[in-house]
Amino acid sequence: MTLLRVTDLDCRYGLLQAVRGVSLEIAEGETVALIGANGAGKTTLLRALAGAHRPHAGRVEFDGADITRTPPHGRVGLGIALVPEGRRLFPGLTVEENLRVAAAGRRGRWKVQSVLEVFPLLQPRRHMPAANLSGGEQQAVAIGRALMSNPRLLLLDEVSLGLAPVVVDAVYRSLGDVIKEGATVLLVEQDLTRALKVAGRVICMLEGRVVLEGEAASLDRDRVVRAYFGLRRPA
Amino acid sequence: MKVERWTRTSKLFTGGSGGLVILLACVPLIFEPDVVQKLTTLLILVLLAVMWNALAGYGGLLSVGQQAFIGIGAYGTVFFSGLGISPYPAMLLATLLAGAVSLPISLFALRLRAAQFAIGMWVIAEVISIIIRLDQNLGAGTGISLTQLNQYEPNFRQAYTFWLALAFTVVFLAALFLLLRSPLGASLQAIRDDEDAARSLGVRVAARKRLLFVLAGLGCGAAGVLIVANTLFIEPGSIFSVQWSAYMIFMVLVGGLGTFEGPILGAILLFAIQTTFTQGGPWYLVGLGATAALFALVLPRGVWGTVEERLGLRLMPVGYRVVEKKRDA
Amino acid sequence: MTIVNAVLQGIFLGAFYAVLACGLSLMFGVMRIINLAHGDLAVLGAYVIFVIVEHTGASAFVAFAVALPVMIVLGYVLQAIVLERSLKAGILTPLLATFGLSIVIQNLLQLGFSPDVHSLGGSAGSVTTASWQVTSGLSVSALGLLVLVVAVIVFGGLQLFLSKTRVGWMMRATAEDADAAELVGIDSHAVYARATAIAVGIAALGGLFLGIRSVFDPVSGPTQLIFAFEAVVIGGMGSLWGTLVGGIALGVAQTLGAQIHPQLAVMAGHLLFLAVLIVRFGGGRLLLRSMG
Repeated sequence: MTLLRVTDLDCRYGLLQAVRGVSLEIAEGETVALIGANGAGKTTLLRALAGAHRPHAGRVEFDGADITRTPPHGRVGLGIALVPEGRRLFPGLTVEENLRVAAAGRRGRWKVQSVLEVFPLLQPRRHMPAANLSGGEQQAVAIGRALMSNPRLLLLDEVSLGLAPVVVDAVYRSLGDVIKEGATVLLVEQDLTRALKVAGRVICMLEGRVVLEGEAASLDRDRVVRAYFGLRRPA
Repeated sequence: MKVERWTRTSKLFTGGSGGLVILLACVPLIFEPDVVQKLTTLLILVLLAVMWNALAGYGGLLSVGQQAFIGIGAYGTVFFSGLGISPYPAMLLATLLAGAVSLPISLFALRLRAAQFAIGMWVIAEVISIIIRLDQNLGAGTGISLTQLNQYEPNFRQAYTFWLALAFTVVFLAALFLLLRSPLGASLQAIRDDEDAARSLGVRVAARKRLLFVLAGLGCGAAGVLIVANTLFIEPGSIFSVQWSAYMIFMVLVGGLGTFEGPILGAILLFAIQTTFTQGGPWYLVGLGATAALFALVLPRGVWGTVEERLGLRLMPVGYRVVEKKRDA
Repeated sequence: MTIVNAVLQGIFLGAFYAVLACGLSLMFGVMRIINLAHGDLAVLGAYVIFVIVEHTGASAFVAFAVALPVMIVLGYVLQAIVLERSLKAGILTPLLATFGLSIVIQNLLQLGFSPDVHSLGGSAGSVTTASWQVTSGLSVSALGLLVLVVAVIVFGGLQLFLSKTRVGWMMRATAEDADAAELVGIDSHAVYARATAIAVGIAALGGLFLGIRSVFDPVSGPTQLIFAFEAVVIGGMGSLWGTLVGGIALGVAQTLGAQIHPQLAVMAGHLLFLAVLIVRFGGGRLLLRSMG
């Protein structure tokens, strides 16, 4: 069943067009990786899906309803949560306050306790201001904070950015648990290998457009790399 | 493509405004003193609006305390006349005094932003007003007359004051005009658009803002001088009243914040309203406040800014415009 | 002894300023705007209480309890029709819009109530007159003490609300990063509306104290705004407890100034405010430059 349908989406910053006529569908339960070089429009697309960027044209449907004009907090209520680029925690709030402030409306399996079980590294930091955490801990809070709304669709923007490889492994292990719980995930990832490993399907963007889309297992790496950098196959 | 500054309209208009000044200069020779007095009031409003716009529209500095300089100009005139200086030279001295006072104030006021600057200036105006109230020689809280002007016959006095007002208006408008057209103007524009970016590009933001601040100090001082010359009596409660800031904000917002012509239009509008609703009163002020708020929220570029945007019309060549060059040209 | 008494009276006066400043500080903390009509809203609150007292003969405190919900609703409306729009439009627009609003409120009050002064002192009972003589030169007025106690309760209550309740966390989260708050499901406009409603409610409390302590007229607002803003700045913008301390510092400065000359009371407060601004914003550099 289609959970998210995007039709002809255009996003602009003034004269700069970041997303050009993107259409895509994501089915319930899927894990999709969104890849592409810097400036391909991935972050803007994710922000538009979360409602943080108002698209210039096009349509976003979630669970059959048009949500193009729904503000971000309304989309969280419907079950879309974004872990934004740069984590964007509330630095003056404690870890627990960061989590509990995000527990809006939707009930489900994710509570402060269950988030701390998936991210045990946060347990001892529970009452500490988020500003005092390490990068990996902050990323864990950011993901946990998004989970607190019990999303049906989780959008992850470069969760591995700026983290040590060991920490990235830990974050992805925890994400594996989340995916097993049945959440639908759309994640932006710079690391191709990791993206192909975790995702069932891959969407590649270049200069604001979707240039390649397919099952992760069926795509050969060479084709993905060409699409990623916009190289044409020699005739 | 080429960049041009003078359009045909702006050439016509700049020439026309020169003619207008000459026409205005003849007014006291033809009209009754009460007309001359009213036109003096109009010129005072123009001066105030243009100076407030120089600060807010070009410097991003929203002051609620320009009445400080109005008061210094007015009381300075009384003070210097009291020293035995003849009234009109005293007026020039008082204007310079307002400019001189604005310099030390700028040293710290320009470090403040937004509300801190706005209310900081207001408090400075209050402090100056309290100092005046403490001085018995300046009439303390009850006010004082500029008796020295009575040595002139009323018709002449009114004419002299009008010419002074016209001269001040022309000088300050020209000063702002030249400032905006100089290379400084471009850096001012940059500061208004993005102060931090301008600073990082090496624009000396503080120095540029100081220039505007002192210009506005001089200009508002000149307006204060003209107010006392026009009414012959001042008291601290009204000359230091925040109402002046309300008028300035109204004129600039309605006319067009950050446009050269807008504040002049705003001043003419306020003058028209004031002469229509001569009894003034609360309803009139309710209307002014509501209109100012409405313009800030709904039409932030004001009447002139909107006209300029829609029609591409520009009367005074203070900016540049990019024009598509014809292929066969 | 007179100095000790002046300081004590200054603390009482300052507690009043702190109540006036509390809402201004909250709105700045959450929305980063200064509402230039804040003083006029306090005065409007005093008039609403006055009207209720006139019509029912109730005590000013009872009338305040009735006026409070009215003022809170007014706060919501203010946010919805004025501030909401201005927030999107840069830092000068909220100042311009609320300055316009300030003029509108003052002159509507002129129309409704004439320029005459009013007071709530007569309808506040014995609290306005009761006082305890501690020593010959030192007296504690019941009203001063009441205002101080209420100020501490208001600031303490607001602090508890912000640190212990989920709605309070939502307010802090929005204050720190409104964009991120939206992304975790917080309706930032609802948060702003709540903050404005609380601010206007506390402004009405300031209006009650203004009316009981002294007199007010339609144009009393700007003076209250200046004192409130001075308290906020002296205490450090964005800090709630700082505002309480700032209010008290302002009050003490005024009563000590009055010891020198009655007309210097307000002046001393202004000078303290300007001194704090100079010290905080690169005044140190200025001093160095003038010395070296």
